[in-house]
Amino acid sequence: MRNGRSKLATLAAIPLLAAACSSGGEDTENANTSGDALSGSLTGAGASFPDPLFQDWIYTYTNDVQPDTSINYQSVGSGAGIEQFMEETVDFGSSEEYLDDEALQEAADNRGCEALQFPVTFGSVVIAMNNPELDGLALDAETIAGIYSRDITTFDDPAIAELNPEMDLPSDEIVPVHRSDSSGTTAVFTHYLAHEVESWDEEYGEGKELDWPSGLVGGQQNDGVSQGITQNPGGLGYVNQSFAQESELSVAHVVNSDGEPIEPTTESTIAASEEAEVPENFQFHIDDIGGSGYPIAGTNWIFTYTCGYDQETTDTLVDYWTWALTDESAQEIAGELGYAPLGDELTERVIAELERTNSENGDGSEDGEDEDSEEDSAEDGDQ
Amino acid sequence: MPTEAPEAPQAPEERPRGTLTSGRGRLADPIFKWVVAGCGTLVLIILALMVIRTTAEAWPVFAKEGFFGFLFGEEWTSGDSRTEITGTYGAWPFIYGTLITAAIAIVIALPLSIMVAVYLTHMAPTRLAKPLSYTVELLAAVPSVIFGLWGLHWFLPNVMRPFFEWLEGLLGWFFLFEGPVLGVGYLPAGIVLAIMILPIMTAIVREVIVVQPLDQQMASYALGSTRWEVITKVVLPSSFSGIVAAAMLGMGRALGETIAVLMLIGGSQSWGASLFGTGSSMASHIAATFGEANPETRTALMAIGVALFLVTMVINILARVIVWRLGQTKGDAAV
Repeated sequence: MRNGRSKLATLAAIPLLAAACSSGGEDTENANTSGDALSGSLTGAGASFPDPLFQDWIYTYTNDVQPDTSINYQSVGSGAGIEQFMEETVDFGSSEEYLDDEALQEAADNRGCEALQFPVTFGSVVIAMNNPELDGLALDAETIAGIYSRDITTFDDPAIAELNPEMDLPSDEIVPVHRSDSSGTTAVFTHYLAHEVESWDEEYGEGKELDWPSGLVGGQQNDGVSQGITQNPGGLGYVNQSFAQESELSVAHVVNSDGEPIEPTTESTIAASEEAEVPENFQFHIDDIGGSGYPIAGTNWIFTYTCGYDQETTDTLVDYWTWALTDESAQEIAGELGYAPLGDELTERVIAELERTNSENGDGSEDGEDEDSEEDSAEDGDQ
Repeated sequence: MPTEAPEAPQAPEERPRGTLTSGRGRLADPIFKWVVAGCGTLVLIILALMVIRTTAEAWPVFAKEGFFGFLFGEEWTSGDSRTEITGTYGAWPFIYGTLITAAIAIVIALPLSIMVAVYLTHMAPTRLAKPLSYTVELLAAVPSVIFGLWGLHWFLPNVMRPFFEWLEGLLGWFFLFEGPVLGVGYLPAGIVLAIMILPIMTAIVREVIVVQPLDQQMASYALGSTRWEVITKVVLPSSFSGIVAAAMLGMGRALGETIAVLMLIGGSQSWGASLFGTGSSMASHIAATFGEANPETRTALMAIGVALFLVTMVINILARVIVWRLGQTKGDAAV
């Protein structure tokens, strides 16, 4: 077993990230809550927004850290993820919207014990544009709302010019592009507009899908939006940062509540998440971001139950998410893909919540803090 | 046994086995009959289950909006309740999107498919006709997502968009072609749909034309008709009902097509008369929002499903009525 595992670990480590092997051992105090190698198998379903990150995490974890486990995450969408979690067909659910008290109660009634939710990652929504000369264009909530409600139709509109005194703005007609499918990216984006701009809230509101004004272009998924942007000279649209990072679109700097135009980067997303005040029940939005934080940011939550898992599943569930939240290599993967990790204080609180998984069965988090397994696999990887 | 052969032609094949267990031969017929009948009813049962189930699930939405309020309401705002209906659900933008894209597809594909079929059966040299008709049929095997991808990434920016801009310059004063040209919209979705339904329509029209009796055509030629006259006055009129059947099949596919339309229609919940405008069709809206739908929205999507079924049915009935009426006057009612 050891041999097999070390081989697998080494093989997997080469293409994915060399850092995983060398740094994996340093951060293991929390990273393993059960002594022996785990062999549980998990199914999760939900949001598509963190899917690239989850897939990379799962690949690394199931090859590198606990090769006998198997995790299957289906990015069926937040709505379907919540449904499957409620119907108890998956071990964990994921969504870009937290469960409200009504939904938590319903879940608890179904399962017969409390349902848990905790944030695991943050991501920003980026305003991307076709025209490369517009890279770094400063926009604030009012101008973005103006663009999407078709009040502002050209780039040299006085409202935009005022924010960009140094820029030579083209008189191109702006073609705003939105997601045509129901999506968490839209929810984060429209929540920002509705929170910041009263007239937007009254007329269009917020949500995963919206009754957009006419004259806008809809695109299916990030790819459709990016096509809508690139096929129109004045194309402008919103995509999540992990997508914008890989495409070569120019991005707008968005003015935050301190009046600073902020470039969307992993750092500014982390800064935003640190600005957010997270209540005890983890039901929050990232609003009114100031400092060096990028203001349009969303959160991804994971849902589990406090009972009804078998021991193997519980151990794997807790170990996997603890690894994803604390291990340096996992955080590195997140950074590379443009997702922001939780701050230290928040991580601690989330881990505490995570460890309540299956606790009402009486054996959820009792397994000792043995760290051998993690260190073993890290050492194996080094050989 | 040989003595029985003249009476029942199928008996000689059945008997040799039947002699061993004489019961089987007699049972084969009724069993076969029941199996076939079962398969036939299965279709009905599946259809009934689907209609009943979707209508039952969609009922709260119909109850709130009213049946016609749902069909012709122009505002679609989905609520996020788990137990009741809080949003406003008017499916007209999607119904319009479905009808207009299917109409564009038929208007383009019908004349094209007839011309291709006529060429393949009457004009093309035999050496060319065979591979050409294979190619047309091969086109039918291309998955719709490929059409969508190709349409969005290549056909739209390189062919359709320049054409649209030209068209808008020429006919921009006419409400159907009012700008601006945004790229995606009803027209590109309809054009790609036309390409998608072309093969199946061509295949059917070709089959129908091929079986037209040759002696009528020969007689027509003998009377001094030109090829044009033979085709337009003899071949096509007698193929009429088959051509309508082809159009109906193509229409059916166009009405229900999901992914290619989703990628090209520019999904929005508003609607407008201009063909360059963006909107959404019923099937594409269901596909676009199903994944993220909460229980309330899903109920409303079920209602769209029911509406789509109704629209398809009405169009099919209309087409049959047309064939039937024309058949009465022209003495050809076979579809």
